[in-house]
Formats: sequence, structure tokens, C-alpha cells
Amino acid sequence: MAGRTFAEKALARAAGVPDARAGDILDVTPDLMLSHDNSAAISQIFRETGAAQVVYPERIAITLDHAVPAPTTRHAQNHAEIREWVRQQGIAHLFEVGRGICHQVIAEEGLILPGETVLGADSHTTHAGWLGAFGAGVGRTEMAALWATGQLWMRVPDAIRITLSGRLARGVTAKDVALHILAALGPTAALYRSVEFAGDGLAGLSLDERPVLPNMMAEAGAKNAYLPPDDAVFAYLEPRRTRDYTPLYPDPDAEYVADYRFDLDSLAPQVALPEQPDHVRPVTDVIGQPVQQAFIGTCTNGRLDDLRAAAQILRGQRVRCRLIVIPASAEVMLAAAREGILDTLISAGAAIGTPGCGPCMGNHMGIPAPGEVTISTGSRNFRGRMGTPDAPVYLASPYVVAASAIWGTITDPREVLA
Amino acid sequence: MRTEHRCWVYGDNVNTDVIFPGRYTYTLREPREIAAHALEDLDPDFAPNVRPGDVIVAGANWGCGSSREQAVTALKFAGVALIIASSFARIYFRNCINQGLLPIIIPGLNTQLRTGDTLVWDREAGTISTQGGVYPIPPLPPSVQAILDAGGLLPMLQRRFRQGEP
Ligand code: SF4
Repeated sequence: MAGRTFAEKALARAAGVPDARAGDILDVTPDLMLSHDNSAAISQIFRETGAAQVVYPERIAITLDHAVPAPTTRHAQNHAEIREWVRQQGIAHLFEVGRGICHQVIAEEGLILPGETVLGADSHTTHAGWLGAFGAGVGRTEMAALWATGQLWMRVPDAIRITLSGRLARGVTAKDVALHILAALGPTAALYRSVEFAGDGLAGLSLDERPVLPNMMAEAGAKNAYLPPDDAVFAYLEPRRTRDYTPLYPDPDAEYVADYRFDLDSLAPQVALPEQPDHVRPVTDVIGQPVQQAFIGTCTNGRLDDLRAAAQILRGQRVRCRLIVIPASAEVMLAAAREGILDTLISAGAAIGTPGCGPCMGNHMGIPAPGEVTISTGSRNFRGRMGTPDAPVYLASPYVVAASAIWGTITDPREVLA
Repeated sequence: MRTEHRCWVYGDNVNTDVIFPGRYTYTLREPREIAAHALEDLDPDFAPNVRPGDVIVAGANWGCGSSREQAVTALKFAGVALIIASSFARIYFRNCINQGLLPIIIPGLNTQLRTGDTLVWDREAGTISTQGGVYPIPPLPPSVQAILDAGGLLPMLQRRFRQGEP
């Protein structure tokens, strides 16, 4: 009998059944139910169901992050409704304006742990896989159903395995790995599937880098994505967690529908061209492309290592195009301030924003003008993503984005680091 | 019942940012307002010209990207009766079921049709017919079909909570 994948084990656990196979349909009770600025709309659907109370107020986390501080009266009303809802229902975890982006905050707060399951009303809930958790996105009506019943049906996905070997060169990061993988897989290779990473290449990635991989597998269609948790992850969680956990690992003889291998040693910095995250080229192919705005932040690349990378590039430099830097959380911002990173970035000409999503999805704080080109550390560059349809977005690592900000054209960071 | 439907035909990897732009996602809640922005950044002709009963016929990975449910409700509110695609992004597929809007997988149908062509949906036979052929509608697992039959996830929940089940 073949072994089990991570997804098979995690969903069996979340459904309280002894075993599960790909294709099974299970009623899953997640350990955490995650939502954000969309929570007012979810609460409206919840009221329409006729349910009186949420079943697991202690399992619900709501983060105000997508448009913070509120840019318009309507956004402010939306936040006010969410606060009132949280008070009425006794929801345990509300994270206020400025605390950070939901995916980052739940890790920092120790709210999701290895082997656990989080369902989120956000497509990047795959992010939680960096801790060895099962994270999948759902819609708003489904989140209302989860609040009301504590359960949701899930099909146990087929799985693909991605094995990473080797070590990245200087100036090359997990973002470049993720873009390179997306280029190889295309936008649908992981559709309805669990993406399970393996290999000795993972150990060389810092804890700040690792989330980029499961986060961006959403762009290949993944239902969830998983990194096997190691001692570094356990040590990160130790001072944060408030409950015990049991990490889950796929069996050596688990069945995968596809197997991919990537070698990290020879990888160069990568750039995704507008308007698809998987339209990727080595940075050397797009050097010289003018940009009017550079943006460093988001759940993909707004952590301390990302800001460190930017500071390393920008120390003693002066940017020639707008540079917006938005830390992924208050914890990141504070650490960056203490290390002198914010000093370096501000001195180089960066504008620093309140922790949150910033302009990633076109709400506020750095929306480009029509015709302007942005290079961003985010995960998506679809048409209109940053607020206006005719403003192309390139995606890259913080090294590439910071180096590009110096010249106002896409630049190979290895030249600046040399 | 056999019904005739006018088609709006699109390609591969149409993402939710162009089906319903993120810039409206926290501020618009009225169905008519939401429908008015359907497919705004992909096909500006759609929202002003769509008629109740029209169908979408798309390529692979329709609805990829953000989980936003308005990318389904915008089309539903605009009167779209069915969405046919070569494949669907997973959250989009779930959102369709939950909104009671049938998602049908027929690979490559979008390459045989043009916007303005018509097709026939035969509910009893479970088929879609075009000038080029007759295509079976793939069956859904019974527990998923039950949500569609209830008219979506919300009506299903309403039934449960009104009957006072636990
Ligand atoms: S930073 Fe961007 S991708 Fe991440 S949760 Fe916010 S809007 Fe979504």
C-alpha cells in the first residue's frame, strides 16, 4: 500500500478520520479561520444564513490589512463594521490597522502550527505551508459557512513534489526560485493540487524567505503548498505558540502525480513580465526597462530579510524613481528600525508606509498613474492589479527592485553588490 | 428543458482582477453596482451589453488569482446563466457552486465559438450543443451537486438554520 502525502495526512487529521486518499471528499474543521478587510461582507452573509453565533470564536482571526489606515470614508465604515462584529461575537483574534498582513501576522502570533489546517478567505492562504501547515483559500460565502458551522467540504487533492537542491548565489533569493518554478510549471500545473516541497535546498533558505514558495504557488493554481518543518521552524514557534502540535511529513513512498527538480546553484535573479506571474525571464533579459515606481513589501516579500536586502543595495545611494517600502508587519518594521534599516532606506529616498498590503491590490498607498511602470516584490501583476489597467507591473526580488530604484530602470543587483 | 444562450467567448488564464477589479472589492456591495463593473478591465463591451441568459465560454484556468467572490457574483448579477471553461481555478469553481451558478468543464469549446454565437443547454440530457457538436456536462460529486440544487451555499445554510438543526 502506497504511503500518504502531506495533504492526505493533514486533511484526514482536520476531518478527524483515520485515513484519507486523494479524491476523497471530507468535512474539515480547520484549526484557524482567517479573513481580513472582507470580514464585514462575510458577516453580512453570515447574518443572512440565520445562524446566531459563530461556533468557534477562538479559532477566528481577522486582520485589518488590505486598506489601512482607511483611505476613504467607505473603507473606514467597512473597518468600523468589522470591529463591531468582532465585539458582538466575541471573536478572539482581531489585529488592528498597522499590525500587519494576515498571513504574516498569524505566523508571528503562533496561531497556526505545523500539521494544522487554516482556511482563509484569501487566495494566498497557501502561505501557511512554510510552517508545515495546510493552508487553502476559500470564498466569502464559504467563510460565513465556516463561522456558522465550523466545517467545510474539501476534496483531498492530488499532490506534486518539487525537490530543491543546492544553494543560492549571493543576490539570489527564494523569490527568484518561486518565479523560476512558476515559469517551468505555468499557471495551471498545480491546479487543484497540493505542492509539496522537498530536498536539501530548503535548509539553505532563511525563515523569512521560505514563505515565498508556498505563497506564490497560488499562481500555479495550487490548493495548498507545503514545506517540511525543521528545527529552525520549531525554534521560531517556541516563544509564540500557546498549544502543542504534531508536525506531519509525507511518507517516503507517497504517490505524487508529478515530480519536479530544481537546482539552486546556478539560478540567476528572475523577473516576471506584465501581466502574468509565470511570464518570467532572467533579469539580464530586461535590463534597462524604465520604471517610474518601485515597491518593496507584501506578504510575499515584506519581511526583515527583504528590507535588509534592500538596505544592502541602497546604503549610501539615492533613488531615481519613487520607492515605496511597506513592511509586512509591525514586528518587521520595529526590527528594521532597530537595525538601522529604515534609516538607510529613508536616507536613500524611500517612502515608508504603514504595515499592510499597501498598493499590492490597487487600494491605496502607491497606485501608479496610467502609463507608469512599476516593479514590485508582490506576487501578482495581472492587468489592473495595482489599480489601473494600463500600468504594467514587473515582479522581482527585493534585491532587483531596490537596484532598479537606484537607476529608474530594471537593474541586475549583482552589479550593485559586486 | 432546452434553452438557447448567447455566448461571450474568452481565452486562457482570465484572472479575477479583470473579472472584478480589486479596487472595488471593499466598497461595492449592491448587486447592480457590482454587475456594472463585470469584466471591466478585460472587455468593456460586456457589462453594458450582456443580457440575462447569456453564457461565458472560456479557455483554461478561468478565474485564477484572488479569491474574490464578486468575480462570480458580478457575472451572476449581470444575468449570466452558465460558465463553460476548459478548466477553472479552484476557488472560482467553488465560488460558482456556492453561488448556484453551474460551472461546466468542456475543454477547447472556446476555440470553436465566437462572441455572439449561440449554444443550447439541455438540462434533462445533461448536454451542451453547438453547431460543431454535442458535449456532455460532466457530473459533480453528489454532495457538491446538492449545494447547486439548493440554489447555492447560502440557501442551503438558511434551510439548515431555519429548521433549527445544530
Ligand atoms: S499583500 Fe497582496 S497578495 Fe498579500 S494578502 Fe495583501 S493583497 Fe493579498
